[in-house]
Amino acid sequence: MTRETILNTFLFLLLPATALAAFALDEPFIITLATKAAILALAGVGLNIALGLGGLVSFGHAAFFGLGGYAMGILAAHAQSYTPLMESPFLIEGTKSMPVIWLVALVVSALAALLIGALSLRTSGVYFIMVTLAFGQMLFYFAISWPAYGGEDGLSIYVRNGFPGLNTLDPLTFFGIAFVILAAVLFFAGRLARAPFGLALSAARQNAERVESVGLAPFRLRLVAFVISGAVTGLAGALFADLNRFVSPTMFSWQTSGEIMVFVILGGVGRLFGPVAGAALFILLEHVLGGLSEFWHIYLGLLLLLVVLFARGGMIGLIAGREVAHD
Amino acid sequence: MTEALLDVRNLHKSFGALKATDDVSITLRKGEIHALIGPNGAGKSTLIKQIAGGLRSDSGTVHFAGQDVTPLSTVQRARAGLGRTFQISSLAMEYTVLQNAVLGALGQSGRVMRFFAPVMRQAELRDEAMRALELVGLAEHASKRTADLSHGQRRQLEVAVVLTLRPKVFLMDEPMAGLGASGSKEMTGFLDTLRAEAPILLVEHDMDAVFALADRISVLVYGQIIASGTAAEIKADPQVRVAYLGEEDAA
Repeated sequence: MTRETILNTFLFLLLPATALAAFALDEPFIITLATKAAILALAGVGLNIALGLGGLVSFGHAAFFGLGGYAMGILAAHAQSYTPLMESPFLIEGTKSMPVIWLVALVVSALAALLIGALSLRTSGVYFIMVTLAFGQMLFYFAISWPAYGGEDGLSIYVRNGFPGLNTLDPLTFFGIAFVILAAVLFFAGRLARAPFGLALSAARQNAERVESVGLAPFRLRLVAFVISGAVTGLAGALFADLNRFVSPTMFSWQTSGEIMVFVILGGVGRLFGPVAGAALFILLEHVLGGLSEFWHIYLGLLLLLVVLFARGGMIGLIAGREVAHD
Repeated sequence: MTEALLDVRNLHKSFGALKATDDVSITLRKGEIHALIGPNGAGKSTLIKQIAGGLRSDSGTVHFAGQDVTPLSTVQRARAGLGRTFQISSLAMEYTVLQNAVLGALGQSGRVMRFFAPVMRQAELRDEAMRALELVGLAEHASKRTADLSHGQRRQLEVAVVLTLRPKVFLMDEPMAGLGASGSKEMTGFLDTLRAEAPILLVEHDMDAVFALADRISVLVYGQIIASGTAAEIKADPQVRVAYLGEEDAA
């Protein structure tokens, strides 16, 4: 086993261990923190597919996080007020079923990523960062100014959505749901990186000219990666909204995009478990330092600076060293 | 005369007032090596880019295997069977040697939209990649990181990748560049056997290699082809002697 495998196993077990310990000590708030870490890690895993594997510095992933959140909020709001979402040309009702909400969140954010990606991937470098940021901000202002779904105040959902056969109101159960999804997506992302698509996508990041000359189109590879990436982050958004039973335009804000990027960079860009390490550390710092000072972001900024300057592979890179090429 | 596999007709390309490619026509027939020589700045690399894609011509056409590929992109031309090597090694540096070769085989197979099965365990692609690495003599370095290769080994890998594409035509931009005397000799021997697989349009500065390999030679000076013929004809051409070889003769 390589050092990275051992580290990944430790990180993977850290979240459920924390949640179970908190359960044993009767600390439901800690379980909620672990759930939040798992969901934010999921958002980061999504971004890492575009950023780490594809080299696409998207500063607009809040768009997908927010769309996932609003997919949940809108469907659940209609279900709790017993008003249909749409009556003509055909009837669409709200729903409180998590699987349906997840599916909608995945599809909506994937479609948005297809549209945003098709336009923004024609640019690169700083322009790509700015175009993705612009799309995120467009959705942010749209959400603020759309009164039907709470506008600036957001939408509250009174009771957490349901999953057939499970009591989602129980914190440990909801943690389990989020963790199983995170595990499944991590498995998928790990396979993706080693699959033909991953090989070509990562090669396009390293040398686009080379990829073109073997007859593969970098644009197509990147667009597909962007769609997968956006869909995963959208799914995380739906779970995040369900955790808080609340959605607001904040989910669309550029600060959210920045935070998701921070998870990835802190943990290690392109490393499978980078976002897990990054999100867990972020939540830990927020909890510990946030208790000491309102201005805990200063320390986060300092840490981020140190990581960027001295540990380019993030925490995973610091502990496990350079990534081993997998044959 | 066999029909030309690659048929470049009346290509033009100007950068401002500079005519980088000035009415260039060149053909490549089955089984031959056609060398393109010329002093620095003659427009050889520009011409290669116009043929391989990536640089749009002002006018003129590129026909490949009977098909007009002028409007096609680099990717489409590569898929049609134009295998190109770069003057400056263009590889995925983080990858191993084998991964770079597998990337070529993957491009050739066209089955890239696969998201689950590990690519490095696909025997078909691996075998194709290993065959190419063995041909260029890099098989023992297959698991080395490309960034750790020597300059000469990168040149070899560049050729290995293009072999995995099983192209109908090779476009090689200075494959001997920086190889050293023995490396150059090995590569010359290798390219000699390669012409049986597909014809080669060879841009090269190494005159020993060019005269040893080329069935035909075209001389490009200031964007124009001033002479075209066999090695003997080129050596005897007075215009070429003045424009190009003359410097060497005088020395």
